[in-house]
Amino acid sequence: MTLTASTSTTRLTPAAVAQLRADFPILGESVHGKPLVYLDNAASTQKPQAVIDAISRLYTSYYANIHRGVHQLSQLSTAAHDEARRKVQRFINARSDKEIIFVRGCTEAINLVAQTFGRQNIGPGDEILITAMEHHSNIVPWQMLCQEKGAVLKVAPISDQGELLVDAYEKLLGERTKLVALVHLSNALGTINPVRQLVELAHARSIPVLLDGAQAVSHIPVDVQALDCDFYTFSGHKLYGPTGIGVLYGKEERLEAMPPWQGGGDMIRSVSFEKTTFSGIPFKFEAGTPDICGAIALGVAIDYVQQVGLAAIADYEAELLSYATEQIQAVPGVRLIGTAREKASVLSFVIDGVHPHDIGTILDQQGVAIRAGHHCAQPVMQRLKLPATARASFAFYNTRAEVDALVAAVYTVQEMFG
Amino acid sequence: MSELRELYQEVILDHYRRPRNYGELPEANREAEGHNPLCGDQVTIYLQLQDGLIQDIHFEGAGCAISTASASLMTEALKGKSVAQAAHLFENFHQLVTSDDAEALPAPDLGKLAVLAGVREFPMRVKCATLAWHTLNAALKNTGELVSTE
Ligand SMILES: Cc1ncc(COP(=O)(O)O)c(C=O)c1O
Repeated sequence: MTLTASTSTTRLTPAAVAQLRADFPILGESVHGKPLVYLDNAASTQKPQAVIDAISRLYTSYYANIHRGVHQLSQLSTAAHDEARRKVQRFINARSDKEIIFVRGCTEAINLVAQTFGRQNIGPGDEILITAMEHHSNIVPWQMLCQEKGAVLKVAPISDQGELLVDAYEKLLGERTKLVALVHLSNALGTINPVRQLVELAHARSIPVLLDGAQAVSHIPVDVQALDCDFYTFSGHKLYGPTGIGVLYGKEERLEAMPPWQGGGDMIRSVSFEKTTFSGIPFKFEAGTPDICGAIALGVAIDYVQQVGLAAIADYEAELLSYATEQIQAVPGVRLIGTAREKASVLSFVIDGVHPHDIGTILDQQGVAIRAGHHCAQPVMQRLKLPATARASFAFYNTRAEVDALVAAVYTVQEMFG
Repeated sequence: MSELRELYQEVILDHYRRPRNYGELPEANREAEGHNPLCGDQVTIYLQLQDGLIQDIHFEGAGCAISTASASLMTEALKGKSVAQAAHLFENFHQLVTSDDAEALPAPDLGKLAVLAGVREFPMRVKCATLAWHTLNAALKNTGELVSTE
C-alpha cells in the first residue's frame, strides 16, 4: 500500500497545505460556477486520491470474501483487512487489535454498546449520564435502553459558552450511575471536553465511560490508553475514509464480558442446532460479511492522516479557527455560538434577523458549503434557546483564503437581508 | 445572484420581517402543528372553519424567510376561501414551486403567492415553502397528527 500524502511535516505551512489540497480531487470542483469552498467537514470530510485508489485497487485486483477462502485472493484481502484493524489499533493506541471492532459507523458503535453492555448491566432505577451537548447518536440509544430497562437518563449541564460544568457533572455521578457516555469534541459547538479528567472522576466511582470520538479523531491526537476510557467510537467518513465503516474500541476485559450482539456467520466458533459457541473478540461482535473495502480504505485514510500528522493538523486548524473567529466576529450582527476555551474546528454562528437556513442557501450560491440547522443536536439548541445555527467546520485542507470567502459570503447575506 | 434576488424578493423579506395573521386565534376550531426535522422549522396553523369556509386563519412558529413568508402569504390568500378552493390553490402552489420549467407562468388564481416561484431553482427549499400548506391540510382534515416534511 503506497502512501500518497504529498508532504510529511511537523508544521503545515500554507505551501504544504496547497500541496495537500492537490491530493483531494473534489477540492478542484466548482459549485454554481464558483470554486468550491467546502466547510462542512464536521458532517463528512472529503477523500484523498489515496483512499479512492485503494477502493479501486481492491476491486480491480484482489477482492474476495475474507476469512473463508483457501485461495490466494481471499488470503490477500484477509491480510489487508487484518492489517486495517492493526492500523486502527496503532492510530488510537489500543493495547491489542482484538479491542478494535469494525461497525458501520459511530452511531452503530454506540448502539452496539447500548444493546450488549447496556442490556447486560443496566436495570430498573439505574442511571446513565450523558451531557447537554450530545449528538442524537449519543442520546437516542440510551433513551431507548432506559425505556426498555426502566433506567434513568441524566444530563450534565453546560454553560452558555458551551463548556461542560464539571462540578455539576461530578455531582451527578452516583451510586446508581452505571455508565457515562459523552462526546469528546462537540459537533455543534466545537467544545473539546476535558475527557481525561471526566473519565477519572467516573472511574473513581467505578463507573465505565464511553467517549463519542466522531469529531475528535480527525482533529486532535487520540490515545485511548492515556484517556483510559472503556469505550471509544468513531466513523470512517469523518476521517477522510469512506462511509459505511466505523470503529468501536473497547477495553479487552470489557468486551470479553459482554454478550454477542448480532448472530450469524463469522461470529461463531461452532454451531449445531442445539448449541452455538461464540468466537472470541473482536469477531464475536462482527456477524456476517463485513465492509471489507470500507475497512481497508479506512486503514489507508489513517495512513494518510498520520503522514500529515495529527499534531500538525491540530496546530494548523487551531490557527485557522482563531483567524476565522476573528474575521467572522468583525461582521456586524454576527454572534458566535460555542465559545469554549478548549475548542476545535467548528465555527457555529447566527446572524441577527436571518435564519440559518437562509444563510446556508445564500452561501451555497457563492460556492461556500456550510451546514445550517440543529446539527443532530437539538437539545444543545434548546439549551442555548436557538432554533438552529449556521456552522462552518474546518479540515486541514481549508485555507485562510477560504475563510475570507466565507466572510465575504456572509456580507452578501447582510446585503440580501439589508 | 439574480436567482438569489428572485428567491429573496422584497415581498418575501417583508413578510418574513412582518408576518401577517401571526399569533394564536382564540376563535380557532381547528389547529395543526407541522415541523421540518431537517432544520427544526416549526409552524402551527389555526383555523376558524364554518360551513366549509375558512372564516379566519392564523399561524405561529419559528422558521426561515421562505417558510415564514410562505405561511404569511398563505394566510392572506386563504381568508374567506372555501375548503375546496384552498385545496385547489395548494395544488397550483405546489406546481409553482416544484415545476421544472423555469418559464412556466404561475396559475392566475395564485395572486401574490407567485412571488415564491423562485423556490423552484432551489429544490432544497421546497419543503420550507410547503410546510405551512401541509400543516394546513392536516388542520383541515383535523387528524391531530404532527405533520412532518420528512
Ligand atoms: C459527535 C458526533 N457523534 C456521533 C455522530 C454520528 O456519526 P455517524 O452518523 O457517522 O454514525 C456524529 C456525526 O455527525 C457526531 O458529530
